Amino acid sequence: MVQLEVFLQTLVSGLLLGGLYALIGLGMTLIMGVMKIINLAHGELMMVAMYIAFWLFHLLGMDPYVTLLVTVPALFVLGVFIQKTLISPVLKVDSILPENQVILTVGIGMVLQNLATLFFTSDYRSTPVDYASDAWYLSDWWRSSPIELSFSVPWVVSFGFAVAITAALWWFLQRTDAGKAIRATAQDKDAAILMGVNVERMTVVTFGLGAALVGAAGSLFIPMYYLYPALGGRFTLIAFVITILGGLGSTQGAIIGGLILGVFESMTATYVGMGWAPVGRFLVFVACLIFLPGGVAGLMRRR
Amino acid sequence: MLKVNGIDVFYGDVQVLWDVSFHVGEGEVVALIGTNGAGKSTTLRTISGLLRPRKGTVEFLGERLDQIPPYRIIELGLAHVPEARRLFPEMTVEENLEMGALKPAAKARRAESLERVYSRFPRLKERRRQLAGTLSGGEQQMLAIGRGLMSLPRMILFDEPSLGLAPLLVEEVFNVVNDIRRDGVTVLIVEQNVRQTLAVADRAYVLETGRIVREGTGSELLDDEEVRKAYLGV
Ligand SMILES: Nc1ncnc2c1ncn2[C@@H]1O[C@H](COP(=O)(O)OP(=O)(O)O)[C@@H](O)[C@H]1O
Ligand SMILES: [Mg+2]
Repeated sequence: MVQLEVFLQTLVSGLLLGGLYALIGLGMTLIMGVMKIINLAHGELMMVAMYIAFWLFHLLGMDPYVTLLVTVPALFVLGVFIQKTLISPVLKVDSILPENQVILTVGIGMVLQNLATLFFTSDYRSTPVDYASDAWYLSDWWRSSPIELSFSVPWVVSFGFAVAITAALWWFLQRTDAGKAIRATAQDKDAAILMGVNVERMTVVTFGLGAALVGAAGSLFIPMYYLYPALGGRFTLIAFVITILGGLGSTQGAIIGGLILGVFESMTATYVGMGWAPVGRFLVFVACLIFLPGGVAGLMRRR
Repeated sequence: MLKVNGIDVFYGDVQVLWDVSFHVGEGEVVALIGTNGAGKSTTLRTISGLLRPRKGTVEFLGERLDQIPPYRIIELGLAHVPEARRLFPEMTVEENLEMGALKPAAKARRAESLERVYSRFPRLKERRRQLAGTLSGGEQQMLAIGRGLMSLPRMILFDEPSLGLAPLLVEEVFNVVNDIRRDGVTVLIVEQNVRQTLAVADRAYVLETGRIVREGTGSELLDDEEVRKAYLGV
């Protein structure tokens, strides 16, 4: 019984984490799909959003979940700005290889991290919300439950927001003309132009959208995680693994990839040891490259 | 309606079109024929703004197509059914059709246009929820044509619509082209299927290694000794 309880508790934690990972992965996947480049500043964008949320909490007493109203639009604007002023001019020059565009995003990430260190020092910061250690328990709903599971309040609420944002994105991409135009641009740029899609504008919007998604993840993580300028790199890697795992540009793949990674990390932490989660992440990454080169999307297509 | 005046077109430093000029009048079906690599697709891509001429102009209904952003061209009533269909493979048949009617004027009549396309191509209606990438070659071509019609064009550019299709389907493609002409839409068609193309075309131009070398009515060119030798193998 205890064994099962530990397993289920680990699974729950993993899924809650995976929901947030999916949001991070979706942003990078969207950008990958439309621009065919990996945005290696992705985690640093989230770090920026986390500082915004952190200061809004400390200076204005704003609840982290309310900061979504600021971080999402702010990161959209930051993404649009970066794409328009930095990435787009480089994309236009044919002689610059795609590899170099990716290196540009690495540079942007480094600049963001250094600016954060300059302005906010490299101190670890926490955002102590009152409900930080509150939890709901399975026995609250099911009196005679043979096992007990706990559901951390901030994790569950963050997960709920992540699901709602993912659903909204899904609706946007599937049901609106603008969303379909973004998908069309990802699938065939020239054909999209022939249909009257302003492909350059869609590219800019997509980068903004990707940044807004990871910005939302920043607000959702801030109640649980310490914040410091170098935290971006870890999340860039996470987004990268999810994008590969999901199949480079597939939104469904990214959602499933995020959940898989979350569960895998949680399992590694429980059964191998707290500090081993990054190793688990790396193993998923390598295993995926070797055994599942098309990612989850490739697997779904094959069936 | 469409006037191409002395265009030179390059891929990087490599010149592909030399001083190409031709025109298409309202209601005409004009063909551009030539062997593989002659520059037919390049010509159509330049008209649609995907490529810019280094010299010369492209005019459609008095507008300079070579000077406006390419995504504006479909709004002027010029649709392009590209070589190799270029559908959106991960979108459904119906979504592909919707993509043809993004602009306000076409969007306002989207439902009506969908019905028209579905009644012309019943197969597409049966498969409306299926991903375009899973259709057969013939169905994909019909979808590409349907998508072009969704924009309510005044003129359509066809790039090798019969390529890779079985004879029966080739027949169907030419029937569709005839229907489109009967609806009053002007057509510029590029084909390697010279005999059938010249049979439906009012006029035709022959493109050889990036230059226009001949022009005439469909039947004139069908009777032309050199055209027969080069393209009809007789
Ligand atoms: N994207 C490209 N880059 C470089 N050269 C190209 C490209 N597309 C076509 N070409 C060259 O331009 C010439 C004309 O091609 P194209 O217009 O496709 O001919 P057609 O449609 O008549 O078969 C060919 O020699 C071809 O190799
Ligand atoms: Mg061609």
